[in-house]
Amino acid sequence: MSQATMTSTDLPAAAPHSLESLVSDWSTDQEVFKKVHWGKAMMWIFLLSDTFIFSCFLTSYMTVRASTTATWPDPSQVFALTVFGESIPLILIAIMTFVLISSSGTMAMAVNFGYRRNRRATAALMLATAALGASFVGMQAFEWTKLIHEGVRPWGNPWGAPQFGSCFFMITGFHGFHVSVGVIYLTTIALRVLNGVYDRNGKYEVVEIAGLYWHFVDLVWVFIFAFFYLW
Amino acid sequence: MDQAIKTGRAGVADSKAQVHDVGQQHPIGVYLQVWGYLFVLSTMSYLVDYFGAEGLLRWSLILTFMFLKAGLIVAVFMHMLWERLALIYAILIPPLCIAVLVSLMVLESDYTFWTRILFYEAETGLSTGGH
Repeated sequence: MSQATMTSTDLPAAAPHSLESLVSDWSTDQEVFKKVHWGKAMMWIFLLSDTFIFSCFLTSYMTVRASTTATWPDPSQVFALTVFGESIPLILIAIMTFVLISSSGTMAMAVNFGYRRNRRATAALMLATAALGASFVGMQAFEWTKLIHEGVRPWGNPWGAPQFGSCFFMITGFHGFHVSVGVIYLTTIALRVLNGVYDRNGKYEVVEIAGLYWHFVDLVWVFIFAFFYLW
Repeated sequence: MDQAIKTGRAGVADSKAQVHDVGQQHPIGVYLQVWGYLFVLSTMSYLVDYFGAEGLLRWSLILTFMFLKAGLIVAVFMHMLWERLALIYAILIPPLCIAVLVSLMVLESDYTFWTRILFYEAETGLSTGGH
């Protein structure tokens, strides 16, 4: 495995510009991310690409909001709920934030119990995470329904800048899609944990990799909460 | 204690997997602590809106709480704090490009905004005042 033996014995005989050399160069036994499971490295790289997608959404939201001459609807009022006859600003979004943070907490614990080889606790915590995620999506569906009833459309709304609707549906929709996929992903892995699949093959990293995805969904929400709802 | 549990159960799993779960075992307390911090920070950012803080104060508070929360999630929940530098740099450096995009779009949107102001003013003969 040392550098010397690799260069002397493994250097392919193929011509430097041949397709064969390309394949063999990329597949020689070298690793950059030492002591990192390949699945974890790949999940990180996927999340990096997802970071760019969400950044593009948030940047285009910033651009339309900064360039419109119309008044931007006040999110504090748009997302207010009337509870016991009193209007509380942004309350549903606050609850959704706490639900998502709690789900991140249970997921972190699930990863921890996974590495302790505690099958039942891992599966239970993962299912709790998925349940919290599902309730987040439920609240988001409620929020969408409410806004659509109030006349918010991707091309206009009753309160001001028409771009508000398109930004809202695109950003929260894409995030909600990620949460929904995460719920399915976590449930699948949790059932496999419960069935003892990872006890048999010893690959509890799978739980950590699923956890990375879930924490990322929570991470994106931190930025959406700050830039879309609070700004 | 963690070490004892791990080595105690190690015999069950195959040896190949053991290479990879060397790094990411930490006391539960760390996660509970971070969980608590995230709750406090979220409450504080909600209160910024609840009490209607405005202008520079509002923006700086929102951004501070946002970056603290994001940092805690990435560092502890996603274990970045305990990863090797090769992975940390590979993941955390590329997003800095977004700062370039954001600064370009700030200039661009400012240009669009003033173009609209001038155009609407010329068209309607009114001073729109931005609203």
